Amino acid sequence: MTATMTPVKKRSALTKGQLPKWAPYVVLGLALILSAAIMALIGFNAFGWGILTAILFTAGLVGWSAAAEGGRKAKDKLATCLVVGSFLVALLPLISVIWTVLVNGLPGLTDPGFLSTSMNGVTGAFDNKTVEEGAPVVGGIYHALIGTLLITAVATVISVPVGLLTAIYLVEYGNDRPLARSITFFVDVMTGIPSIVAGLFAAAFFFAVVGPGTKTGAVAAVALSVLMIPVVVRSSEEMLKIVPNELREAAYALGVRKWRTILKVVIPTAISGIASGVTLAIARVIGETAPILVTAGFATSINYNVFSGWMASLPTFIYTQILNPTSPSNPDPSSMRAWGAALVLIILVMLLNLIARLIARMFAPKTGR
Amino acid sequence: MTTTSLTSSRGAGRAGDKVFSGATLAAGCLILAVLFGVALFLVVQAFPALTASPDLIKGGEGFFAYIWPIVIGTLIAATIALVIATPIAIGVAMFISHFAPRQLASGLGYVVDLLAAIPSVVYGAWGAAFLAKEISPAYNWLASNMGWLPIFQGPASATGKTILTAGIVLAVMILPIITSLTREIFLQTPKLHEEASLALGATRWEMIKMAVLPFARPGIISAVMLGLGRALGETMAVALVLSSGALTASLIQTGNQTIAAEIALNFPEASGLQVSTLIAAGLVLFVITLGVNMIARWIIGRHKEFSGAN
Repeated sequence: MTATMTPVKKRSALTKGQLPKWAPYVVLGLALILSAAIMALIGFNAFGWGILTAILFTAGLVGWSAAAEGGRKAKDKLATCLVVGSFLVALLPLISVIWTVLVNGLPGLTDPGFLSTSMNGVTGAFDNKTVEEGAPVVGGIYHALIGTLLITAVATVISVPVGLLTAIYLVEYGNDRPLARSITFFVDVMTGIPSIVAGLFAAAFFFAVVGPGTKTGAVAAVALSVLMIPVVVRSSEEMLKIVPNELREAAYALGVRKWRTILKVVIPTAISGIASGVTLAIARVIGETAPILVTAGFATSINYNVFSGWMASLPTFIYTQILNPTSPSNPDPSSMRAWGAALVLIILVMLLNLIARLIARMFAPKTGR
Repeated sequence: MTTTSLTSSRGAGRAGDKVFSGATLAAGCLILAVLFGVALFLVVQAFPALTASPDLIKGGEGFFAYIWPIVIGTLIAATIALVIATPIAIGVAMFISHFAPRQLASGLGYVVDLLAAIPSVVYGAWGAAFLAKEISPAYNWLASNMGWLPIFQGPASATGKTILTAGIVLAVMILPIITSLTREIFLQTPKLHEEASLALGATRWEMIKMAVLPFARPGIISAVMLGLGRALGETMAVALVLSSGALTASLIQTGNQTIAAEIALNFPEASGLQVSTLIAAGLVLFVITLGVNMIARWIIGRHKEFSGAN
């Protein structure tokens, strides 16, 4: 190093009138200490500490900036603080929900037999015994797991062909006709149908066609399809749209029929996107509670037949265990089961999301678009 | 008209073409039929409740006396959710699109999408078991310090299971929807507008205020409307969190009820006319959300050329 390279103490004219780079860290440190001191005076808790630190940090940084840099820069700093703050606030419930489910759910999940037994024959007497004498928690979610998987599978079998064919109609045959445009519009509207209304529709439909009080897994599957079809249509439509037209034209030029072009060229090109869209749609409906509640009832025993008898599912299992504990006087075992089921449900949904991402990434279209 | 040899129908697969295009058309029409069927079957099954003599309906004063308090309750819960979620969602969308470091942005977007992946019943359980308990001291404070406002009138609920708690849970649930839509719109802002304003010496906030927000306004409005549609129809969060009761102005007392929760709580045990009453309530909810969603879609459609929020 030569003498001429030694740092110049004088600040460049370009950065004059700006806060130094280390300003936010200093303000943050001061805010942390000051708010800790204030919290120590009125009784410490971590949540209040965080909030107070954020407020003091914002006030300190904006005040300093207003004094050193002027109003415009101060406003910019304020906006930045608010935007970052809102992101941190949005993270709070996510962390809190996942933490609550993990902490409360792990004891239930690790309970022996939780995944392999049903609630058949489990009465309040067992739960009272658990609480009073320390007997192990009996009963599990096997019946609910089976119900969820069966109902979701039937819903998928209904929704995927209908949704995919509709998407094909919109992209390949619709040509922006009035019918295609109205289908697009009503698919969008269907996306917003409240899930409980979908459930009521399926219930009302089967009440009218089969007979009053019909509650089976199939009714629930129809309700879930009403929610699932628009999601499948939208995602498949997007995926079919990005298939390059050149591929279609090349197939037509070889004399291939339109339907064979669609089946052999268009769909294979878009299959990864369609598959991940379908997986996301499954992830969306697998956690739906309200439609199943009004269409499939809640069973406590294993039912493999979707066409007759009430059927349990994970979401309704959670709901009933919380609202109507098996033993009203000792709700703890029930709430343990509910949280265990909630953990299983979240793991299922997250897995489906992960699978969707993997499918999308592994088979990403190699068309350069 | 004469057919030339080019268009004659000897080629194999002509039937396949007909069948396939017919099948796709049928699937499209099936969707329209289902939506029409939703409306039709709800009306048919709800009809007995609408025409029954008033004293047979729950409450004994007819369907409209039964439905209007829970319609108001639904609107209150949805309003609370919107008031809380909208500014935060816009802030989060802005953070991800304009403030976060480039490499982090898509990962952070995925984190917010995780909020949408959590099933509603889990939110309900969280609200009932965790949030209600943690938040009840705040309600006591509100009741004693802000009690002169009708909406914070005491005595506060001891369990914290109030419409305000339900509204907060709803806000968490609609946050990812509003966020992901507004984020898309913010990203659609013409880069040249942003760069031009920065080149003129605007700070980042001034650039957002003058280039991004005016461009995104219709998109934000429709995103909020879609969030509203979701909040109106959300069932589990309210059914599990709220200990329901008669319509009250105070947000921190037990009371109020929403349509969706009323249906979920009563439908499993209902029979006869009560089923019709609840289906009629569902019809009312359907009409309200349909209206909200159609307005939102109409706003999006009107600005389709440059918003891309569809």
